Amino acid sequence: MKTIQEIEEIRKKTYQKIALRKNTKEDTREKHILICHGTGCTSSKSPEILSQFQKILKEKNIEHVKVIMTGCFGLCAKGPIVIIRPEDVFYAMVKPEDCLEIIESHIEKGEIVERLLCKDIDGSKVKTLDDLTFYKKQERIVLKNCGTINPENIDEYLAFDGYRALEKVLTSMSPEEVIQEITESGLRGRGGAGFPTGKKWALTKQEEADQKYVVCNADEGDPGAFMDRSILEGDPHTVLEAMTIAGYAIGATKGYIYVRAEYPIAVQRLKIAIEQAREYGLLGEHLLGTDYSFDIEIRLGAGAFVCGEETALLESIEGRRGQPRVKPPFPAQKGLWEKPTLINNVETYANVCQIILKGAKWFSSIGTENSKGTKVFALGGNVQNIGLVEVPMGTTLREIVYDIGGGIPNGRQFKAAQTGGPSGGCIPREHLDTPIDYESLKEIGSMMGSGGLIVMDDTKCMVNLAKFYLEFTVDESCGKCTPCRIGTKRMLEILEKICEGNASLVDLDKLEALAINIEKTAICGLGQTAPNPVLSTLKYFRDEYLAHIKYKQCTAGECKALTSIRINPEECRGCGLCKKNCPVGAIHGEPGTPHHIEKEKCIKCGTCIAKCPFHAIVTKGE
Amino acid sequence: MCDCVEKRIREEVETILEQYVPTKDNLIQILNEVQEKYGYIPKTAQFAISEYLKIPMAEIFGVITFYSRFTLEPKGKYHISVCLGTACFVKGSQKILDRLKERLQLEEGKTSPDGKFSLDTTRCVGACGIAPVFTVNKEVYGHATVKKLDEVLDALENEEEGGK
Repeated sequence: MKTIQEIEEIRKKTYQKIALRKNTKEDTREKHILICHGTGCTSSKSPEILSQFQKILKEKNIEHVKVIMTGCFGLCAKGPIVIIRPEDVFYAMVKPEDCLEIIESHIEKGEIVERLLCKDIDGSKVKTLDDLTFYKKQERIVLKNCGTINPENIDEYLAFDGYRALEKVLTSMSPEEVIQEITESGLRGRGGAGFPTGKKWALTKQEEADQKYVVCNADEGDPGAFMDRSILEGDPHTVLEAMTIAGYAIGATKGYIYVRAEYPIAVQRLKIAIEQAREYGLLGEHLLGTDYSFDIEIRLGAGAFVCGEETALLESIEGRRGQPRVKPPFPAQKGLWEKPTLINNVETYANVCQIILKGAKWFSSIGTENSKGTKVFALGGNVQNIGLVEVPMGTTLREIVYDIGGGIPNGRQFKAAQTGGPSGGCIPREHLDTPIDYESLKEIGSMMGSGGLIVMDDTKCMVNLAKFYLEFTVDESCGKCTPCRIGTKRMLEILEKICEGNASLVDLDKLEALAINIEKTAICGLGQTAPNPVLSTLKYFRDEYLAHIKYKQCTAGECKALTSIRINPEECRGCGLCKKNCPVGAIHGEPGTPHHIEKEKCIKCGTCIAKCPFHAIVTKGE
Repeated sequence: MCDCVEKRIREEVETILEQYVPTKDNLIQILNEVQEKYGYIPKTAQFAISEYLKIPMAEIFGVITFYSRFTLEPKGKYHISVCLGTACFVKGSQKILDRLKERLQLEEGKTSPDGKFSLDTTRCVGACGIAPVFTVNKEVYGHATVKKLDEVLDALENEEEGGK
């Protein structure tokens, strides 16, 4: 257990050691090699790179260079990423065998390894992180420590003002003042619905009870979203600190983090962070020598999307099937074990310490009128720069997809962007210039959601996409209420009929009627929003539904029953790439002459389409 | 399963149970550990948990079947899982899954009769940057194509034959 003075000492001492990472042009011989250890880069062997660097440095007896594991840098598509500070050189797609060259050339001779530099959107090689267009329009508040500190070292978190917000709250603010600050900042829930955070805190505070709880919802179930995971992996202490502040504000002494068991790295780092915080007296009894006590426990989820719904999550923490409760009473009144409970999402908590330190005024100066601050998006799908981006609210979709994301690869066209996952909707081309905030997205039939942002090019069939989401919902429906349990299943059956070319226009009417009914009658937020993918694609891409039904055609070429793959003889140069890559040997032809596909053998896997350098292979409606 | 195996599992599960206070809210935490250890939740383990936490077997069965991470069937030597998260889906993971079903003659969630392969789908392993992905046991294969999958499967099948 440490006193405030001792903590301050650690801050100062550690800051001196790691100040060079803040990209200051300090004249120091020391260098830090930062290696991303997020899930993406870890999957592509970044731990091996780290040990390789350490081995070489040891062999060569180089002592002024340190190797550090960090959280996600964001540009996952270019992983594994290695950054060398203070000069801030950004190496992409590094392999363990590249380490020696980096050390010998960059570290020993001071010559940058050109071939490992990251290519920007225009194809030019870029030296530093700040030069990359990917980062130019971003503003990092939530992710400020991700990629800068070692998430498994509390001292490094402390060095960059870690636990200073908690110190401020415990020594100079009353619970009312904390809530006031959060309310004035305009922060809203980042889990999707956008409920004002300050109001939630105030509602939980006003309840009288012998025990209250603070819960962190880290059950990031939206497929294709990885914001919360990256925060937990890159900066776990900020979540712990914010939860402790929340506990002080509402009068709770116990907190739970409900996190997916599918995120082993995040769980591990949280465990380490909690241990370290307890050791320093930042969790446990009498925090920082004050009268306030607070402790946090981890609870693992077990793969149920519905547990992201707050009351289902509470059921799951209590050890039961994760089925939502009927609201009211809301968790603020009767939550965990019937006690008043505050539930916020990971990203919401990640904003709290900054608001306390820099003030509500600063925070509310960022963003739009009703949506303040920034939002982290997991940008994925058919876009050049796949990764994690944080932008101020009010940034347009076009800026995210084209300026940050680098546009659509392979010369394809933008068709739609999907936000909000299985609860959200598709945003078509004509709304690319909508400034993104909670209200504007709702207006155009989608929602903010937790932050998954999937870009789709013109080879994607919107009916098939709606079917994909309904499959997900049917799979994940908890079964408690009839509209969701049976209704979504019936919707899926109709969508399957449409994709197989067996539907009539009557089915389309049924689909729409069902969707509206489910929206109105399901008991939880997930059920009520389950029809959104269908409703929004019907709104913007009705033509596609009609083409499937009336003309038995899938123009995008994704619905297998309605397409065949053909080689256009006029475009084909006979290079043989398709033939070589066909997994079933269905393509025939002599080199230099147009090839053709044997229809009976073809499994319509699309490999040839992706491989053809001349775009000569197309899918066509039967 | 012979008595000795059951006895061993029971003893092992009991050592897991000792680390937990016997309150109901620990059920999912315990099941997670058992699943991690055996790759499924053996009946013997369910009995042991039921006695320890004083929860009826039916309720435990209800919890196991509710959460997709828990399985009642042992997984194969090679557990192959295809990510069907949106990012992977958009990048064509359905084709990977179709090909796997065709080659292994397995449905999702099933294990081959010889126990060699089991097939599953998952919603997002978090490696969206290298989508589409599939995993074999804990190894992640990114930027997957049908051809790449075929190569991996060929290698696994040959290895099996060679090992015999």
